[in-house]
Amino acid sequence: MFRAILSRLKQGHRTMPYPKEPVQLPEHFRGYPELSPRLCTADCSECAASCPFGAISCTGGLSLDLGKCLFCADCGAVDKGLVRFTRDHRLAASSRAELVVRADSPRPLARPLDKKRLSLFSRSLKLREVSAGGCNACEADTNVLATIGWDLGRFGIQFVASPRHADGIWVTGPVTENMREALLMTYEAIPSPKIVIACGACAINGGPFQGSREAGSGVDGLLPVDLYIPGCPPHPVTILDGILRALDKIPSP
Amino acid sequence: MKKLLTPLHNGSSIPLARLPVTGNDPFFQGILDAVDSSWRVSSYFGVPQGSDVELYCVLASKADGTIGVVRTKVTNTFPSLAEVCPQLHLFEREIAEQCFLTPEGHPWLKPVRFQRPFGQERSYWHHLDGNGLLPGVMPYYQVEGEEVHEVAVGPVHAGVIEPGHFRFQCHGEEVFSLEISLGFQHRGIERALIGGPYTQTMYQMETIAGDTSIGHGQAYCMAMEALAGCRVPPHAEVVRGIALELERLANHAGDLGAIAGDVGYLPTASFCGRIRGDFLNMSSVICGSRFGRGVVRPGGVGFACGKSQADELLGRLEAARSDLENAVELLWSTPSVMARLEDVGIVTGDTAREIALVGPAARASGLNRDVRRDHPFGIFRMGQIPVVTAQSGDVYARTLLRWLEAERSMNFIAEQLHQLPAGGTLAAPGNLAANSLAVSLTEGWRGEICHTAITDEVGRFSRYKIVDPSFHNWQGLSLALRGQQISDFPLCNKSFNLSYCGFDL
Repeated sequence: MFRAILSRLKQGHRTMPYPKEPVQLPEHFRGYPELSPRLCTADCSECAASCPFGAISCTGGLSLDLGKCLFCADCGAVDKGLVRFTRDHRLAASSRAELVVRADSPRPLARPLDKKRLSLFSRSLKLREVSAGGCNACEADTNVLATIGWDLGRFGIQFVASPRHADGIWVTGPVTENMREALLMTYEAIPSPKIVIACGACAINGGPFQGSREAGSGVDGLLPVDLYIPGCPPHPVTILDGILRALDKIPSP
Repeated sequence: MKKLLTPLHNGSSIPLARLPVTGNDPFFQGILDAVDSSWRVSSYFGVPQGSDVELYCVLASKADGTIGVVRTKVTNTFPSLAEVCPQLHLFEREIAEQCFLTPEGHPWLKPVRFQRPFGQERSYWHHLDGNGLLPGVMPYYQVEGEEVHEVAVGPVHAGVIEPGHFRFQCHGEEVFSLEISLGFQHRGIERALIGGPYTQTMYQMETIAGDTSIGHGQAYCMAMEALAGCRVPPHAEVVRGIALELERLANHAGDLGAIAGDVGYLPTASFCGRIRGDFLNMSSVICGSRFGRGVVRPGGVGFACGKSQADELLGRLEAARSDLENAVELLWSTPSVMARLEDVGIVTGDTAREIALVGPAARASGLNRDVRRDHPFGIFRMGQIPVVTAQSGDVYARTLLRWLEAERSMNFIAEQLHQLPAGGTLAAPGNLAANSLAVSLTEGWRGEICHTAITDEVGRFSRYKIVDPSFHNWQGLSLALRGQQISDFPLCNKSFNLSYCGFDL
């Protein structure tokens, strides 16, 4: 007992002050992309083809789909300077279309839920997670929010064991053929009104497996998604930023 | 027997022409003889060829530091060896499911992942309910009698974890038998690799098991490098080694905390949950990703580790070491924790050897095996990490082992950071050799990872076989539960912490 108290003193108080203060992110962190279409050369197809997942498009001007992007920075568009990943962690969006980044379009951040659900969930939100083909990276960085470093509980948010106790469903993974039914049944078991959050590139669009029959192409079309959190996997601060914006706990700029 | 196996070293390739197609009898007898003389089956799989199937068996010998490969051709059926050689039992079920090939006399012929065979619509299990593709729907082992009851858990579990189905046969609190049915995470990875490598492949390799991006990524790159005959620059080998050990540290630290949490000891659970993040953040100092995405690339690494990063990592490593040591020490000095860890979930050395456990689970049962030493690859050919073992095979042994391994990994990383070689990061590999086979083994944090690549006449994959350590080890968890209290399942499960998606592929 005495040792535990001494350890507690040594380990100290380690919950980070986010969102009051920003989180320190490493030099190579890849967050919100900045596009520079003025550098575009004549051959558009080369750029678009350099992303194996079709995140880059030149139809109607250069664009990058955060829902498809794995933030690998391996593509030709990065080599040419057309795309530069900044260290801005704010990536979540309220609709699928808003995940498509264009140089000239305004930057949409995730919006608060509708009034009714906001009044129900803003002070207490219980979520049930379903991993439907997730590789355990999105799951791990979701789990980490419950540790003392992030202390998700201080925002009234908690992952619960049963869908019957939940206000919403948290989906990771591309929704495999073999998990589709279990996912839909879990969603059905959650009482209405409820919310749906798609966490990570797989849940949004199939991630590295898009187009695969067994793996699936994400939650869209199966469930009505309220919040999309891009990344492979999203950094915990990206996840937290998304949830807090949906709950109107971070003021929009 | 040795004459029968075609030898090759870890991370090397041979032309298929030098790998004879042996007759059926010498093939099956050869496997049994090899296992009898301490070889271990690392991989065993089928490659459909028209109406025939070619079977390949990849074995590893610690004594010789060698990998041996043997192949044969069969039609419709093949003799099951599972009854006399239990480590083959799941491989044979997998061959049945993937190649529509019946293992004659298999004692436990049940679905593995509920997947379609390669190139066919009809499932091997079509005689089961529905079309044989409904995950979890299969006949389970059942115990009958008064006061015997069955507990079914999953696929969706209570925590933020992956899906799987567990079926317990219990008498009161005591578990007679646990049967585990997986496949919910099946993403068709091996099928998608046929005809590859594709531009997507590297990213899929990093997500076979997302907590083992480096382990699987490196195994894939080693196979590519062997087939392309390319040499990885020394700086890249060191960065790969550091990233692999950081991956081990993050997961071992997380597991130590999770085990503490499952016995209700919150101080260590809380501290380690955070310390795990410290190690993940160290990976992101190297590459920007907490899971090491982008570090390993065919021919080297995607990121160099400069002097300033090395210094930062050394500082963070020492801070994490001090915190982890302090947090873990509490476990050993708290009698109520030790009472919950000792003599729970025992896997004896004999059982572990028979079912061929790998990684920390094997070493906790006294089996002295570690790919980093037995079949050294990359930087481990130059800098060794001492292998630790424990004897008791219980949850305590698996817990202690994680701490001892973490200590050694931290020493290794510090040593490597102090002597980072200069030089390039990437020597991009050229085309892959045609009609060849390459085998690569790495020691992921869960144990041995085995990748086998076979190329066709134009140097594309005609088959790419992946074996995650969890494929060997789930059976260990089932056996650890026998005779235990069902309430100890979470604790036993955590002490193995196996991968669902790595198994399901």
